[in-house]
Amino acid sequence: MESLGELFTYFLQNLINALQRGSFYAVISIGYSMVYGVLMLFNFAHGDIFMVGTYIGFGIATLLLAAFASILPGWTIFIGTVVITMFLASWIGVFVEVAGYRPLRSAPRASAAITGLMIGIIFETGILIMLGAKRLSFPPLMESVTYNIGGVFLTNVKVMIIIISLLLMIALQFFIQKTKWGMAMRAMSYDFLAVPLMGVSINIIAPLTFAIGAGLASVSGILYGQAYPILDPYMGVIIGWKAFVAAILGGRGSIKGAALAGYLLGFIEIFVATIFPSTLRDLIAYSIILLILTYRPRGFFGMEHSTKLRL
Amino acid sequence: MELARKFKEMFSTVPMIGWLLGILVGVLIEFYWGYDYISYYLGLPKIPVLFGALIMLKEPLMIPGAIGYDLIVYVIPVFLVARVTTFATNPLATFLEKLPLIVSVLIHLVFFYFILHLWSGINDYRELVVRLTMVSIILTISINVINGYQGEFSCSHPGFMAIGAYVSSILTLLLFTNDKIFGEALLPAYLGPWFFPIALVLGGFAAAIGSLLVAIPSFKTRGDYLAIISLAFMFIVKSAVENLNAIGGARGMGGQGEFAPLWVIFIWTILAIWIIHNFVTSILGKALNAVRDDEAASESMTVKTRKTKMTAFMFGAFWAGVAGGLFAHVLAYINPGMFGINRLAEILAMVYFGGLNSIIGSIVGAVSINVLGEALRPLELFKWIIIPLILIFVMIFRPYGLISFKEFNVKRMLRAKSKREQGA
Repeated sequence: MESLGELFTYFLQNLINALQRGSFYAVISIGYSMVYGVLMLFNFAHGDIFMVGTYIGFGIATLLLAAFASILPGWTIFIGTVVITMFLASWIGVFVEVAGYRPLRSAPRASAAITGLMIGIIFETGILIMLGAKRLSFPPLMESVTYNIGGVFLTNVKVMIIIISLLLMIALQFFIQKTKWGMAMRAMSYDFLAVPLMGVSINIIAPLTFAIGAGLASVSGILYGQAYPILDPYMGVIIGWKAFVAAILGGRGSIKGAALAGYLLGFIEIFVATIFPSTLRDLIAYSIILLILTYRPRGFFGMEHSTKLRL
Repeated sequence: MELARKFKEMFSTVPMIGWLLGILVGVLIEFYWGYDYISYYLGLPKIPVLFGALIMLKEPLMIPGAIGYDLIVYVIPVFLVARVTTFATNPLATFLEKLPLIVSVLIHLVFFYFILHLWSGINDYRELVVRLTMVSIILTISINVINGYQGEFSCSHPGFMAIGAYVSSILTLLLFTNDKIFGEALLPAYLGPWFFPIALVLGGFAAAIGSLLVAIPSFKTRGDYLAIISLAFMFIVKSAVENLNAIGGARGMGGQGEFAPLWVIFIWTILAIWIIHNFVTSILGKALNAVRDDEAASESMTVKTRKTKMTAFMFGAFWAGVAGGLFAHVLAYINPGMFGINRLAEILAMVYFGGLNSIIGSIVGAVSINVLGEALRPLELFKWIIIPLILIFVMIFRPYGLISFKEFNVKRMLRAKSKREQGA
């Protein structure tokens, strides 16, 4: 880095990369955080829901491209893929809730964590059995265009990922704060024992929460497929655990916190990788998280819940 | 149901030593006639390794043969001998009862080890499964101290295991083996088996010191935040080892000496069960339960919560380190990838399947997940659908695991059984 100007460009370039990476973590970790807010349980299958969502998106995109590529413009196919994938993937979320979490409402928290993990393993293996070990690659839904703004390279895919992720989060915030359903969810996260007595059924709100989380994750999966086109049944594991870490770091049940922590994690990862050898990325990222949690044990926006949790 | 009750009643007079005798006869039959006669006439290619599960899944035509083999070799001799010899084994058990408990337990254990040695000696693969299962037993009991008795949700066990595995491997490689990383051996190789326990214990201590990184944050927080801290610890250990090229980095480290034969692992397993059982039933162990159930109340009852948490973590981590050291010497190769998320899922599965807050539950969990994993191997990928499904059903119907909150009583297990005590 010779001059200050070049250093600044270099910084901006990495900022864009970090924003892109952080967008994935942010959108996925919101799914963890929402489920936590309502049920006080983590949905450990969420990383694999993201993976299944990506595969569904891959299937839909391939189908739509094969059928309509010559008739419709590219952006309609993209929107169609997103909408159909979101709809289908949200049913995966509902399935996880009904099969793995509903029977365990009164069980110890760790048991639900185990069922979540196991459902995740079943998803991974199921995809592997159905599609085999061959690497599939996600079809590009738009032509990649590279812009050069004062030495900073931007692709339209990167910009789209960042903007769509932000839009999704704003829409979710609107849904949570302004609609009746959102109010029910907020109430549930405040007290999930009293709210059912007021006529809001947890058996409707909980699947809804899982469905929204899964829908968000699947859109994130489509975007992920645009940035890193190679699909792999185990892709949800690493990114899922990192998003889970971000959800905790943000403070449990806090959507704002989860999004913020997701971006922070993206920043830490990218900037560590630019300054140090990239093999040290995990080491430094997790050490920073360990430090943050030692001094702020409740995360950024964590509410003071009663400390007496079920086992 | 009626039949099962009658069956149970019929065998209620068999003491532990009688069962052992029955199993011994079964194993001896397999040892002397298993290959030459029984499997030959049943049309099996060789002795079924794990009760014929592998053969049954690979070649469905062999199912009758394998079941017949199991019946002839195991089921019929075991039950027959156990039932028939009650006239002799009950007085024997009464006699053993009069001896000091430790002597009687030792006699049973030696007898049991003899059987295990015979059984696993028939085939190398079987021996490897037995050794790895025993390592898993230590691991599962040690995580039960933290996750069951202490009630945290700790995910750092693969990390502790990795520390133990690496420290003990470095010591034994440095001192007793000529290898690429550390060069010539510093001490003659015959000292190896004597030094090996020290290496294991040092590995355990290293893991215990490492566990402070998780234990100290646990003073302030618990539950999910601690889960993340421990998870971060696990990733940090894995990543640190990957970056240390001096000990092999991501390529791993191999060539550990043959210091962990069956009897060594057996002794360590028994030691672990004995010591951890005594620990959790001691006053300090009861304090773990108190802190788990209500931290504030136990503090007001003069339980030092910080000391208790620290002890639980260090104690659990110590045994995880020992298990890691044994694991490294069983496989004679380790790499950081072995101590990642997959290992964590396996350990958690074993402890939550078996049962929290129970040593016997941990043993059951470790043995069943290991044996199931090996027995279903021919199914390849479908294995990873069946095992998770079984775990989900266990969690739904028995949320605390199969055998939870139960302790075993050695004296009760070993005593003679007469007709009068049936009702009890």
